[in-house]
Amino acid sequence: MTAGATDDQEAGPANLEARAADPEARVADLEARAAALADQTVAGDRRALARVLTAVENRTPLAEPLLRRLYPLAGRAHLVGITGPPGSGKSTLVAALTTAARAAGRPVAVVAVDPSSPITGGALLGDRVRMQAHSADRDVFIRSMASRGHAGGLAGTTTAAAAVLDAAGFDLVFIETVGTGQGEVEIAASADTTVVLEAPEMGDEVQAIKAGLLEVADLVVVNKGDKPGAQRTAAQLRSMLVAGHGDATGGSLAPGRPRPRQPQVLVTTAATGDGVGDLLAAIDRHREAAAGRDRGAAQLVRAEAQVWAILAERLRARLHDDALRATTNETLRAVASHRLDPYAAADRLLAAVDETPARRRHSREGGSE
Amino acid sequence: MTDRPIKVLIAKPGLDGHDRGAKVLARGLRDEGFEVVYTGLRQTPEMVLSAALQEDVDVVGLSILSGAHMTLLPKICRLLREAGLDDVLVTAGGIIPDEDVAALKEAGVAAVFGPGTTIASVAEFLRANARSRD
Repeated sequence: MTAGATDDQEAGPANLEARAADPEARVADLEARAAALADQTVAGDRRALARVLTAVENRTPLAEPLLRRLYPLAGRAHLVGITGPPGSGKSTLVAALTTAARAAGRPVAVVAVDPSSPITGGALLGDRVRMQAHSADRDVFIRSMASRGHAGGLAGTTTAAAAVLDAAGFDLVFIETVGTGQGEVEIAASADTTVVLEAPEMGDEVQAIKAGLLEVADLVVVNKGDKPGAQRTAAQLRSMLVAGHGDATGGSLAPGRPRPRQPQVLVTTAATGDGVGDLLAAIDRHREAAAGRDRGAAQLVRAEAQVWAILAERLRARLHDDALRATTNETLRAVASHRLDPYAAADRLLAAVDETPARRRHSREGGSE
Repeated sequence: MTDRPIKVLIAKPGLDGHDRGAKVLARGLRDEGFEVVYTGLRQTPEMVLSAALQEDVDVVGLSILSGAHMTLLPKICRLLREAGLDDVLVTAGGIIPDEDVAALKEAGVAAVFGPGTTIASVAEFLRANARSRD
């Protein structure tokens, strides 16, 4: 963080110049490009769709006007999260599920996330290797994403990318997370149905009763079902995951306590397709069952997560804009030197935001609202 | 232009079953800060096109050892152009005789990297020549 006063002097004139370069025309141009790309995407143009996803992923100036147009068209697709440890067969299972869904004529999109290097920022996105059988199919669209420093098993823009694919008319959108451990539960907020993969003999019964990933599963799948121990692993998971609940043992949980989900446990062999048809049927059943019950709740959770992320970004931008940068930097320095505690600092910055009128956002001025 | 990694597709068109070189390059470019989509062995030109289009990559890197480069590489370049992906940088590596390089460049291959090319020099070429987008 550099000194606030210097920043002000440097940023002031540059900003004035940028505003002088006719922001109205720039915004109108962005809006026109976004409108054209969004229309082409909805009309089935795959290259336009790919470009929209790039804009969203890279958070370019086009991303916001694009999402403003496409988001209202989303909400019809079934978003299915596929998560599990590295090597448990997530990509192979997504490919097999895609085969099953295509046999029923359903268009399928896949967003597959792989980790970015924390050292270089680079990434190796290898999920397409298992999905090549579908590359000639016009009604299958596969997009790889690097996590780009986002923790939680997804990229920061994965939920928005899934909404774009939803708006583009895909019936099923599979969201494949990075290889996960025990704590990467973000997928549960991003998907309507969360499928957690386990490989045979991955752990004992104690693993199954630890909090975390298995708790947010709507369906648990023991993949590599042709390996020894698969059925035993599934049986252990069933007994630990289901019998542990109050409902099954006579209501030991206090009423009103949030309850972990009670997942069905299935066995698949993704490489041969064994059990995959049953899994797809279970995925469909989960959505139907949830439609009347808690689909609204799940969507509310997703909405909150999305809005919260954007709110945090906007707040950060406000605190670093011309009007507030000096106050922000001074406050942070006060915390750094222990003259102010972080809670008081947060209160002071919130008050500063309250008292300072926001500059009108350029990208909204030409908007359709 | 936002600050974001260059996205590269590494594909092995054709029928030879040896992809060590392609994997080493993919890993090396990852370490150079690129986002590398790796699609594996035995890709048809149509599969390469589909992956390049869906992933909206900046660069298509083709590794080929089978000797079929004079058919496969121009066909891939043509498919990319016809699909409107003419701003995607196409490069090739593997076993490609010097006398074929001029014809490949004519067909749209921007660079041919022979055995012994360092990953750093490939990375430098891609950074200098990949399209810049907003």
